[in-house]
Amino acid sequence: MPPLRRATDGLGAISLETVTKRYGEEAVVDGISLDIKSGEFFSLLGPSGSGKTTTLMMIAGFANVDGGRILVDGEDITMKSPQARGFGMVFQNYAIFPHLNVFENVAFPLRARGAAEADVKRRVGDALALVRLDRFADRFSRQLSGGQQQRVAIARAIVFEPRVVLMDEPLGALDKNLRYDMQVEIKEIQRQLGMTVVYVTHDQEEAMNMSDRIGVMNRGRIEQIAAPGDMYERPVNTFIGRFLGEANLVEGNLQQAAQAGSTLRIGDNVLLKAPAASPDLAGKTVHLFIRPERVAISTPGPGDAVAEANSVAGQVRRRSFLGNINRYVVAVASAEITVDVQNVGGPRFEIGDAVVLTWAVTDSLVLGS
Amino acid sequence: MTQRAHRAFDPSLLLLPAFALLILLFVIPLVWFFVGVLAEEGSVGAVVERFVDVLTAPGIVNALVTTNWISALVTVLTLVIGYPIAYYLANSTGWRFALVLFCIIVPYFTSVIVRTYSWMVLLGRNGAINQTLLSLGIIDAPLQLLYNKMGVLIGMTYVLMPYMVLTLYATMRSIDTNLVRAAYGLGASPLYTFRKVYFPLSLHGVISGALIVFILAIGFFITPALMGGPSDVMIAMLIERAVEITLDWTSAAIMSMALLAMTLVLYVIYYRVTDVRRMMGA
Repeated sequence: MPPLRRATDGLGAISLETVTKRYGEEAVVDGISLDIKSGEFFSLLGPSGSGKTTTLMMIAGFANVDGGRILVDGEDITMKSPQARGFGMVFQNYAIFPHLNVFENVAFPLRARGAAEADVKRRVGDALALVRLDRFADRFSRQLSGGQQQRVAIARAIVFEPRVVLMDEPLGALDKNLRYDMQVEIKEIQRQLGMTVVYVTHDQEEAMNMSDRIGVMNRGRIEQIAAPGDMYERPVNTFIGRFLGEANLVEGNLQQAAQAGSTLRIGDNVLLKAPAASPDLAGKTVHLFIRPERVAISTPGPGDAVAEANSVAGQVRRRSFLGNINRYVVAVASAEITVDVQNVGGPRFEIGDAVVLTWAVTDSLVLGS
Repeated sequence: MTQRAHRAFDPSLLLLPAFALLILLFVIPLVWFFVGVLAEEGSVGAVVERFVDVLTAPGIVNALVTTNWISALVTVLTLVIGYPIAYYLANSTGWRFALVLFCIIVPYFTSVIVRTYSWMVLLGRNGAINQTLLSLGIIDAPLQLLYNKMGVLIGMTYVLMPYMVLTLYATMRSIDTNLVRAAYGLGASPLYTFRKVYFPLSLHGVISGALIVFILAIGFFITPALMGGPSDVMIAMLIERAVEITLDWTSAAIMSMALLAMTLVLYVIYYRVTDVRRMMGA
């Protein structure tokens, strides 16, 4: 039984309609449109300068919108002040009020709304229990660790049961282990309370771990919106493929493009089987996308050629031991293909070894340049 | 321990000349004056009696009350006028910032006498302000802006304004603007944010600025002497009169010691406040 009331009214859906932000001539956010569903955990992911924080600031009301509209549950809030929007907000550096203790920090949004004292006590107590800080109510921010300050910021953002909570790189200042724990915790709170979360981050693992859907931004535009698994498996372009985890993008010439399957030529004489590609790409330079963990590596030997798989010879050029995986970089014709092998006691290969790489055609994608 | 031996010299030695000067030109003459003057009274009992006599004399009690009252009013005035100016400074950049800062700093470098005479020209019976108000028909007869408490307050507030503004500015500059933004984001109105976030965070500056202005105000002499009326006698003026005119050096010494004691007590408070501030990590 969650301590705070769970949102079940289906409110908190956000729509952006060709939202634009300009600084001088340059559009830092260039006409983006997206629909975030009620109760969804949506991440805006992108490198620095991609416009993701500016987009969040426009949703929050701290940055003016230069074009387009922002709607919440169908109501246009583009011109509303931040306080009138009623969103919960977690800031990059927590922004805990240093002159107020933990209790008063969490009570701040309630007191600002003129809540009754008994109500304040109950809700703050519930929110602090939810983030497991009940015993720290009298502390000040300087007496708290980074993770605890983060929890105060989260409790403060959810205490008034907002339908929407905005988070601006909230875990950026924490170390790696703590960051993972906090990801799990934030996700758990969001699931319990059912609010819509718009989460800005540049960390793709964080986005993949927490989000229902991710919108990847680059140079002020949204490149792709998809669930983490779909985006990881089926990126729409090389930028997404590269940005979300390790990826092989083997450059080659598309010899033939057909619905049944296409053929890619790398180097002078290596032909790779590839999945269906748009006929427009025929004869052009394209990238064959394949994740390193989808490629199998083995010693050359007599084997049955499988119709639906590629099997190419290569030579180990580099090897890295990453603990749970062995990573090989294998030279195949003019290309280098990275292969990740789970460290489960299989054969090891050394630099210079002749090997054969095998992968299913359906695990690969043809991406235009 | 061994590392200390490698140090060429202790940097606190650099303070020696300043200390020497302070002791030679301030501490020794002061102690000499106090001891010399009070020794003439003979016994310790006589000195105590004289202290009580001087500090309970109606004229001096009056002057002490006036001094504290005027200083308190000036402190409040500098705070009320200085706070918005400091806020503007802390939240502006470029030429606006430079212009306002210039207007605050320049008087700071001008002699108090020059500034006081300038005010007298402006505030006099036929001064610029009365002339303007008369010609605009706002008043029928010239206002008495000089040689009364109003004149003292205007002059002292003006002279002490930079201390207040710069102290407040330093504190406001260190306030994290994200906190104000966070308050707005969490649903607080601008007024609520000011009352509950910005003002409390600027409170150290308010207290420091008020103490600095008050400490400086209780020792003021030139401005009240030139711009005040007969009833606006401050303690520093009485000391000057006792030394220069009535040659009652014993009274002068006792009044000086009272003034010095007040200043030191306030300084200790000021020191504590700034110390607390360091503890708060602000």
